[in-house]
Amino acid sequence: MAVLNINGVSHVVDAPGDTKLLWVIREGLRLTGTKFGCGIGLCGACTVHLNGEAVRSCQLQLSDAEGATITTIEGLDPKGQHPVQKAWLELQIPQCGYCQSGQMMNAAAFLESNSSPSDAEILDAMQGNICRCSTYARIKQGVRRAAQMMQEA
Amino acid sequence: MTKHMKDLGGATRRDVLVGSAVAGTGLVVGYSVLPHVTGGAREALAAGNFEPSLFLTMEPSGIATVHITKTEMGQHVGTALAQAVAEELEIDWNDVRIDYPDSHEKWGLMITGGSWSVNWTFDRNSRIGAAARMALVEAGANMLGVPASECTAANSTVTHTGTGQSATYSEIISGGPIDRTFSEDEMKAIELKKFGEYKLVGTSVPALDIPAKINGTARYGIDVFVPNMAYGRIVTWPTRWGAMPKSVDDSAASGIDGYIGTEIIEDPTGVQRGYAIVLAESIWAAEKAADAVSVDWDLGPNASVSTADILAYAKKATADGEGFAWVIDGDTDAGMSGAATVVEAEYETSIGYHGMMEPMNCVAMEQDGVWHLFTACQWSTRCTAMTAEALGVEPANVVHHQQYAGTGFGRRLEPDAMIPAALAAKAAGRPVKLVFTREQDVMFDFHQSLTYQTVKGGINVAGDLDTMVHTVCSAWATKRQAPGFLAESVDKKGKIDPFSTNGSDHWYNIPNQYVRSIENVVGQSATPPGQLRAVAPTWTMWAVESFLDEAAHAVGRDPLEFRTSLLKAVGKNAGTPPNTVGGSERLRNALLVAAGRAGYGVKPLPANTAQGIASVTSQERGSPTWTACVAEVHVDPESGEPTVRKLSIAMDVGTAVNPDGVIAQIQGSAIYGTSRVLYENITMKDGSIEQSNLDTWTPMRINQAPEIDVNIIQNGHYPAGTGEPVVTVVGPAIANAIHAAVGARVRSWPITAEKVKAAMTEA
Repeated sequence: MAVLNINGVSHVVDAPGDTKLLWVIREGLRLTGTKFGCGIGLCGACTVHLNGEAVRSCQLQLSDAEGATITTIEGLDPKGQHPVQKAWLELQIPQCGYCQSGQMMNAAAFLESNSSPSDAEILDAMQGNICRCSTYARIKQGVRRAAQMMQEA
Repeated sequence: MTKHMKDLGGATRRDVLVGSAVAGTGLVVGYSVLPHVTGGAREALAAGNFEPSLFLTMEPSGIATVHITKTEMGQHVGTALAQAVAEELEIDWNDVRIDYPDSHEKWGLMITGGSWSVNWTFDRNSRIGAAARMALVEAGANMLGVPASECTAANSTVTHTGTGQSATYSEIISGGPIDRTFSEDEMKAIELKKFGEYKLVGTSVPALDIPAKINGTARYGIDVFVPNMAYGRIVTWPTRWGAMPKSVDDSAASGIDGYIGTEIIEDPTGVQRGYAIVLAESIWAAEKAADAVSVDWDLGPNASVSTADILAYAKKATADGEGFAWVIDGDTDAGMSGAATVVEAEYETSIGYHGMMEPMNCVAMEQDGVWHLFTACQWSTRCTAMTAEALGVEPANVVHHQQYAGTGFGRRLEPDAMIPAALAAKAAGRPVKLVFTREQDVMFDFHQSLTYQTVKGGINVAGDLDTMVHTVCSAWATKRQAPGFLAESVDKKGKIDPFSTNGSDHWYNIPNQYVRSIENVVGQSATPPGQLRAVAPTWTMWAVESFLDEAAHAVGRDPLEFRTSLLKAVGKNAGTPPNTVGGSERLRNALLVAAGRAGYGVKPLPANTAQGIASVTSQERGSPTWTACVAEVHVDPESGEPTVRKLSIAMDVGTAVNPDGVIAQIQGSAIYGTSRVLYENITMKDGSIEQSNLDTWTPMRINQAPEIDVNIIQNGHYPAGTGEPVVTVVGPAIANAIHAAVGARVRSWPITAEKVKAAMTEA
């Protein structure tokens, strides 16, 4: 038995300690906004926040996450109105949308650490997240727009 | 072929009924089950032969739901199709919803691909919306006690022009039964709005599927759960196709908590010969157990095949004159013997991987004799039928429940997750959720075929290309997927795969033209081919557009001027309504727009940097989207590394139903095509795919993406498909730019620094 704090709620998880955190989140607790993409930490679809930092949940085990504060796309903002989400809607960024939870979680953590990034910094920060619909041009704009919203707030 | 396929869409020669059985229960619009219903909509509804194939339902509240039988995989197709209905229905867009019904034969052929969705459905949906509006106007006029001819509809309201009296759609539907039948002739005679009269079509209304995609609530196939389900995991086969498990030793898995067992199951459909499927109570137990079990395999017939063998077969079959004709125009022998200059070249494309972000998956469940399949699927008609065959049940007893697709690109035309999920569920006696690993998704794709093409051109003394002989050799996806769609060759000597040859029948005026299409039988077995976004034009346009560049240079002409001189709307290239009206000159115009926007020939560029141009008419000759691209590419003279700086794209779409959606498709497909040409490679060794995950198969990332300048041309012609053509145009434009920059001609994919460097040395 392990206790996980996800989106402000404590969940008792009955799974072996070596279970991938990704599978606990999406198959066990059914917070399915977090996606499986590659399983080796190279696509970013499974990105969540662990103590505020963007991490690849397919690269962590359940035992790594005990005691930590975890945030998934479902908990990024109580009303789904995080500046990144607002920017993603305004600029109509998602196509298939499958990678976008990971994109938004990565962008949100990045903007916490760098509130007025240059384009080069945005590209560097986002290169770990693959989008096969290739919404890259809009993702770049979206991070920029979210930064602007956060500054105005 | 579009026409051929469209006829199978069915349900085109029946009455359209608009009605409500009882007042206040809502309004339904659809085809009758039986042709020419005599009793009208009300009687048909009461008799129960109207419910099928509804395209539109309206609630007494006035909310309209447009039923979308296409797969939502990022193209926001439901939004565009609903816009077509809503435009003619004169409904407030805020009153419009969409849903995705379960598979059923009543929908006709359920397939999403080929950039067909809007192109095939726009007219039908417009007429459905118009018929519903006419019925509402008539009922509303009746309610107001005025003649229908004096009423107009707008914003979900019918208004009497003279008195200003009005009734909302909600009031009309709540007020009394509606019963209106439109015969096929009446449907045809409906006068639809024309370009310039639209209020909703042509506007970028926000996509209806996006809100759920930014808060984690959008449900994809991989997000489905049903009660009491087990997790299935396929034990990875040792070869792409042909391996069969003989026995399993699962002693190392027996201690894994939640492990149920491993089933060996034969597949009568031949999608695979068979499976070893691990079953467990959790996905992580299934994952661990699949790694732990040991399977003894019969490796099958392809265990020694490599990429080199597939290419060698292609070259031999081409040299031996195999295959059949797809185009025979004029006299190529005479043209070639009279040519002042002859140009010859060979072009190759590598095996392609779809690379969907969401790997293949399915939840299969049997209930009261009916099998339920939960996943995203682009071809429900085929995939449910094949799953039925695998299960040994009637196709009507297999239902596909559509989910959002984490992209498709043609990959989800295949039933290869449905079948093992269903077979495993049958063996387990309980529902099974089966998810491919990324490695399985890479290695057991229905890949885009390796292709080999030769092009020989004859240029006359005036410097004009008047003769072209083109051979196209690939594995034939259609032969696997739907042999009935193979086409009789032009020389009547055999069948060929049009979907592997499309695009070679281009829109340039070449009086003497011959195209031969050849099946690569080695590739057909070892790398079972699938359809991948943009299909054959991905390779045929690569050859044609690279070749035109080479031919222009051979006679010292500018590649843009060389192309435009071949694009006069005359003869077979004059074009016919609706899809090809305007003919070749629409392609010429797209070329000029792209060139003008890019500053072709006038923009100052740094050293080792140049522009290359290409134009395409994907997908099919009968349904072209006139598209041109200027690529600006820098080549590192030391390493040969090409860097794409900018892609200037012009696309004549006729009418853009949702312009922002079109822009998104162009932006995405430009990167998709660039990634394919520069970064993506799949190879085979010992019958197995050598790449397995994102460490070895390396698509473009955001920091590598070029600037993209999108230019949509609208002229009011019928809407063309926009999801695919740009995939095909960027590759040759980039290769042509590399040549212009450093004189290096690369004729095979991927275009790597090593190949550019080697070609620079030759140049």
